[in-house]
Amino acid sequence: MEILDTFFNIDVLRRTWPLLVSGLGTTLSLSVVGIVASMIWGLLLALGRLYGNLPIRFLVGVYIDFFRSIPLLVLLIVIYYALPFVSVKFSPFTSAALALILVAGAYAAEIFRAGILAVPKGQFEASEALGLSYFSMMKDVVLPQAVKVVIPPLTNNSVNVLKDTALASVVAMPDLLKQATQAQSLAANPTPLIGAAIIYVLILWPLVVIVSRLETRFATEER
Amino acid sequence: MENFIDIKCLNKHYGHFHALKDVSLQVSEGEVVCVIGPSGSGKSTLIRCINMLEEFDPSSSIVVDNIPVKKGKSLREIRAEVGMVFQSFNLFPHLTVLDNVMLAPKRVRKANADELREKALSLLDKVGISAQADKYPKQLSGGQQQRVAIARALAMEPKVLLFDEPTSALDPEMVGEVLDVIKSLAHTGVTMVVVTHEMGFARQVADRVVFMDGGEFVEAGEPAEIFDNPKEERTQKFLQAILNH
Repeated sequence: MEILDTFFNIDVLRRTWPLLVSGLGTTLSLSVVGIVASMIWGLLLALGRLYGNLPIRFLVGVYIDFFRSIPLLVLLIVIYYALPFVSVKFSPFTSAALALILVAGAYAAEIFRAGILAVPKGQFEASEALGLSYFSMMKDVVLPQAVKVVIPPLTNNSVNVLKDTALASVVAMPDLLKQATQAQSLAANPTPLIGAAIIYVLILWPLVVIVSRLETRFATEER
Repeated sequence: MENFIDIKCLNKHYGHFHALKDVSLQVSEGEVVCVIGPSGSGKSTLIRCINMLEEFDPSSSIVVDNIPVKKGKSLREIRAEVGMVFQSFNLFPHLTVLDNVMLAPKRVRKANADELREKALSLLDKVGISAQADKYPKQLSGGQQQRVAIARALAMEPKVLLFDEPTSALDPEMVGEVLDVIKSLAHTGVTMVVVTHEMGFARQVADRVVFMDGGEFVEAGEPAEIFDNPKEERTQKFLQAILNH
């Protein structure tokens, strides 16, 4: 069976498995950093765009549109290969994390903004009339209600971040994809690549299912 | 008696629309004032200016309890002692009835949790909702929700209570239970300004009735005076239209 030997060679997989596992570790830690930081950054951006003074609102608007326009791969290559020319040098991991956070943060900002705007005006007025501080109004009243609207698209955004970590392999970051290509040339056999593909799908499939479950659940919960 | 709420030459524009025209109104401590008038006459806008949910033209002046109402630090101070009850209740849907009542005192007054709970429960008891303390707002009827909203406002121990058409969003059979609660609060020392379409209620509870029309203060007086013997033609027309149908 030539196909089995070429693409699903158990022996090759066994030999290159440790490489794949270490790559997976890097991919997952980059994902976690990217997802968590881009959410925090996105929330700050959303608040700036909604409630900042005029210059801040304008700048945040420009930021969001810019980073939603630039292809992630281009941004990553600029950060890693171009910035060193002006003596700004980041490690592959930092470059990749930075690019992911800058872009995913812009998307998260728009998601949070939509969520906050979905909270009825009366909720803000009731909070203000009670004398709540801005911070308490957001934390106790507005954000808990916005979260419901925000969770499905935010989970979707996280899925994208996890997928996009694979781009980091072009800046020589030893993530799952990079390690798999490495292993492929070492073993002169594409099985590690197939293995990596399967690992990506196994991790992401459940997340994709969760997103659509959440979407239908929140859609039906709306009174 | 001193003017507890002092509104002088209040003007408010929405773009080119002149919503409030030189409105002046003084309310003394503990007084109950009902504001009546046709829809769009500016009565809701007027009371929403008192706690600055609406901004007003800078030439105007509102003073509550000797604190000028303006943007900045003092505004939260005023809001903490001016309670408001809205037409659409605006309860916090993600919090239980009890937590709705406890949130503001917990955050603003930073009081002890057990005392707060105790007090919140006694307030809910006062408005007749204590049995529903652990339910969520959407599990309650409109009348019950509005009574919770009143308890929520009372929890801050306000010196002033503003009611913005508190019964207009209610089914007719629930209007009475809410008005009864508001009546029970009148003349207990708290100053009340009530925007309402319930003329029977206004006649019964108000110390003074203010009639507004087209963004203007038309006339004010004791309920009997305004309802039985209005001086201004606009007041007469309005009362005829709503009382004889």
